Amino acid sequence: MRYAMAVDTRKCVGCSDCVVACQTENDVPIGYSRDWVVEIMDGTYPQLEEEIRSERCNHCVNAPCVRCCPTGASHIVEGGIVLVEHSKCIGCGACMASCPYDARYPHPNGYVDKCTFCEHRIKNGMLPACVEVCPTKCLYFGDLDDPNSDVSVVLKKRKSKTLIPEAGTNPQLYFLI
Amino acid sequence: MTSRRDFIKISALGAGALVVGTGKINALKGLSSPEEVKKLVVDLKRTPTYCEVCFWKCAGWVYKTSEGKIWKIIGNDEDQHSNGRFCPRGTGGVGMYYDEDRLKTPLIRVEERGKQVFREATWDEALEVVASKMKEISSKYGPESMALLTHGSGSSYYTTLMKAFGSPNSTEPSYAQCKGPRDEAFFATFGEEVSSPEVTDIRDTKCMVLIGSHIGENMHNGQVQEMSDAIDKGATIITVDPRFSTAAGKSKFWLPIKPSTDIALLLAWIHEVIYNDIYDKKYVDMYCSGFDQLKSHVKDFTPEWAYGITTINPELIRTTAKEMADASPAVIIHPGRHVTWYGDDTQRVRAIAILNALLGSWWQRGGFYRPAKFDLASATIPEFKEPAKDWQDIFPGKYPIASMPVSNALIDASIPENKSAYPIKGWLVNATNLMSSIPDRANTIKAIQNLDLLVSIDTMPMEITGWADVVLPECTYLERYDYLRVSPHRKPALALRMPAAEPMYNTKPGYWIARELSKKLGLADYFPYEKIEDLLDWQLKKAGSSLEEMQRIGVKTFDRDYDDLYITEGMQVQFPTDSGKIELYSKYFESLGFDPLPKYVPHPEPPYGFYRLIYGRAPMHTFGRTSNNPNLHAIMSENSVWINPKVAKEWGLKTDQYIWLKNQDNVTSTFPIKIRVTERIRWDSVYMVHGFGHTQKQMTRCYGKGVSDTQLITNVLVDPLMGGTGMRSNFVTFVTEKPGEEVAS
Repeated sequence: MRYAMAVDTRKCVGCSDCVVACQTENDVPIGYSRDWVVEIMDGTYPQLEEEIRSERCNHCVNAPCVRCCPTGASHIVEGGIVLVEHSKCIGCGACMASCPYDARYPHPNGYVDKCTFCEHRIKNGMLPACVEVCPTKCLYFGDLDDPNSDVSVVLKKRKSKTLIPEAGTNPQLYFLI
Repeated sequence: MTSRRDFIKISALGAGALVVGTGKINALKGLSSPEEVKKLVVDLKRTPTYCEVCFWKCAGWVYKTSEGKIWKIIGNDEDQHSNGRFCPRGTGGVGMYYDEDRLKTPLIRVEERGKQVFREATWDEALEVVASKMKEISSKYGPESMALLTHGSGSSYYTTLMKAFGSPNSTEPSYAQCKGPRDEAFFATFGEEVSSPEVTDIRDTKCMVLIGSHIGENMHNGQVQEMSDAIDKGATIITVDPRFSTAAGKSKFWLPIKPSTDIALLLAWIHEVIYNDIYDKKYVDMYCSGFDQLKSHVKDFTPEWAYGITTINPELIRTTAKEMADASPAVIIHPGRHVTWYGDDTQRVRAIAILNALLGSWWQRGGFYRPAKFDLASATIPEFKEPAKDWQDIFPGKYPIASMPVSNALIDASIPENKSAYPIKGWLVNATNLMSSIPDRANTIKAIQNLDLLVSIDTMPMEITGWADVVLPECTYLERYDYLRVSPHRKPALALRMPAAEPMYNTKPGYWIARELSKKLGLADYFPYEKIEDLLDWQLKKAGSSLEEMQRIGVKTFDRDYDDLYITEGMQVQFPTDSGKIELYSKYFESLGFDPLPKYVPHPEPPYGFYRLIYGRAPMHTFGRTSNNPNLHAIMSENSVWINPKVAKEWGLKTDQYIWLKNQDNVTSTFPIKIRVTERIRWDSVYMVHGFGHTQKQMTRCYGKGVSDTQLITNVLVDPLMGGTGMRSNFVTFVTEKPGEEVAS
């Protein structure tokens, strides 16, 4: 089993609903977030192009945050989800420094926090909160080992890219272009 | 907060799992067995609601923690407005409940108006003051001198109260400050409005044209969802906007038009489809009147003619006209929603309606569908007396096609020197912050200073509450019942809002407030049900449901009586216009002395060193009402002013620098605004999101952040047809040093 997410940059309008839904679902403190929106504009008026994407932890196969964690708090569970065991985390920030995607934040309670792909929900057969809420349905989630999962189907159909592939992390967050 | 966290932990163990919604979950492995899920659902703590953060009114579920604390809001899968997906504002609706800056108890003003010195009062005392003042106004001037300015779900209660009181003057700024011109233009053409939610069949469209409408930034949930579906299906989006909006970034064609010239573009498109014979001939022959007059009217409005006005390449005008015609009738020239721009807005939207008619999109699949609404029983109440003076009498002959009282006219009638036929002496203001929704603030303040009574009903200490004589704190939509939602859609449906929690502080639901006030005015017969839930139960039983059922399901959708979502080919149709036809040429407008066909009239240009102020929406905020919401404020806490790099270079301005803006009438913004230098805006305009720059200190989070566009809108171009306030008629320049003196807001 290999969980992954695909973000359709052609549909995302950057509304940040994914951010708010994650915040309420996971009780992320106000002022912090596990996911965020990036808008990249290119060109000169009126020849312009824009890409909008909802970003979060890439749940890398080769996760530098897990490798560098001195306490083993950052770990990988079934389906390739990268998690932080809060009780083991000493908040040293090594993982934050090693993450090429800047996907982690220091929680005011003293540990480092990040996207969990809503592991507590998917265990119960539900989608991550951001995927479930997205008004443009631009987020696809599922198991890459299952050829019929939403994410497998859409990645077969559409061109996609990953972010900073040269970092060699083998990220599992795909962007449909 | 620990309780929410605990709940998540419990949830992760499986004991508090939530409802399993979409079929998508089957794509996942490791599902709980259906039995397991079923068992868990029983443990749910959720109550239905429909959202009040904006007017789209999506139906959803409020989930609570095991301790009964409000936790999150999720869309109801059965709901046509949201399809189970709430927008960021609806998702962030919890912040409205938890906002510690909320109004907490009734307040009575003790010092002069606007000084904001109040004392706390009991509900009985506050309502007594309101009732006695209303009676005084009625006996001195007549009941019609009381006006209601309102927005949202509570409007029905207070409108009933006003009618019972004898005043016809109930209105919403959402008419003359927003969608009024659109409603009147479509009514004049098709005999029907485009309704809310709009009857745009975006789901099945092949081509959608957005003119200044920025779907995606305006988060009108169902429309955003359907646009996304349409993009998925390969529909063409054409965006006309001086700004490279989010929608422009999703469009096959972006027409970076010179602001205020949209009518010229529309006339050129109409010219193109007629003179190239690519309009829907059969549809027009069968259903429309006035085609010949229209044809000769647009004879000279070629793309080359329009180029000189709009700066749009004539070839692009041709290509896009053909693109629309190719998609016909599955094409939508979107009527927009906030359309009060230049004072000729009814005529501009008429041009939009005409182009839709020529392409046969009205009542056709992929164009505009015919909505259906559930016919809900209403309680028996005494008949309303005919008011002695009607709302049209206030300024006789003005705004002849207005279909409801014009908010700005009521405000004008509150100022004695405007010599209205009768004066407005009291305002009941519900859930609308007039300081932010009505342009020309100085005029509004002048009107307020001439009132005998200003009552403000709100959940938040908005600027308007600071000017009130009596402030009545309403509880949020998460703490109250309201009337059932019966908005029209593809299928008739009902949605229930019920309290997820008891009202916090000393706040009360709108129905209770209106009913208590009616008792003090001797009008209690108009609110025969003491408890609104008893009325809802009675209505629901008549509808074949019950309050108990709706508390469980939240939304009930019914089948249409007839299969008439669209018209079928060759069908004989009587349109609800005077002639029974779609009126391309408006004899009605002509009879009133207005242009029967839209004309392009040039508008004033910015003076040297000034830029046209264009404003719009951000997806995470609703007007100014969410600025202080902790969840949404965290996502966007201030607005910025978009400036083209060429202009920025000329002025030496940089991104993230703070500046003040000054308009053509020497009004300088109270607060500074952050600069965003971007290619996304034309060099002749600047852009900002509406709803920031709050001056009310009680809103601790949003106070002083960003600039209020409304403050800078002092030149208002009023639509002579229906009274709409054109607000894109203001020009601003940049002030880099902090202005010396305190500027009046």
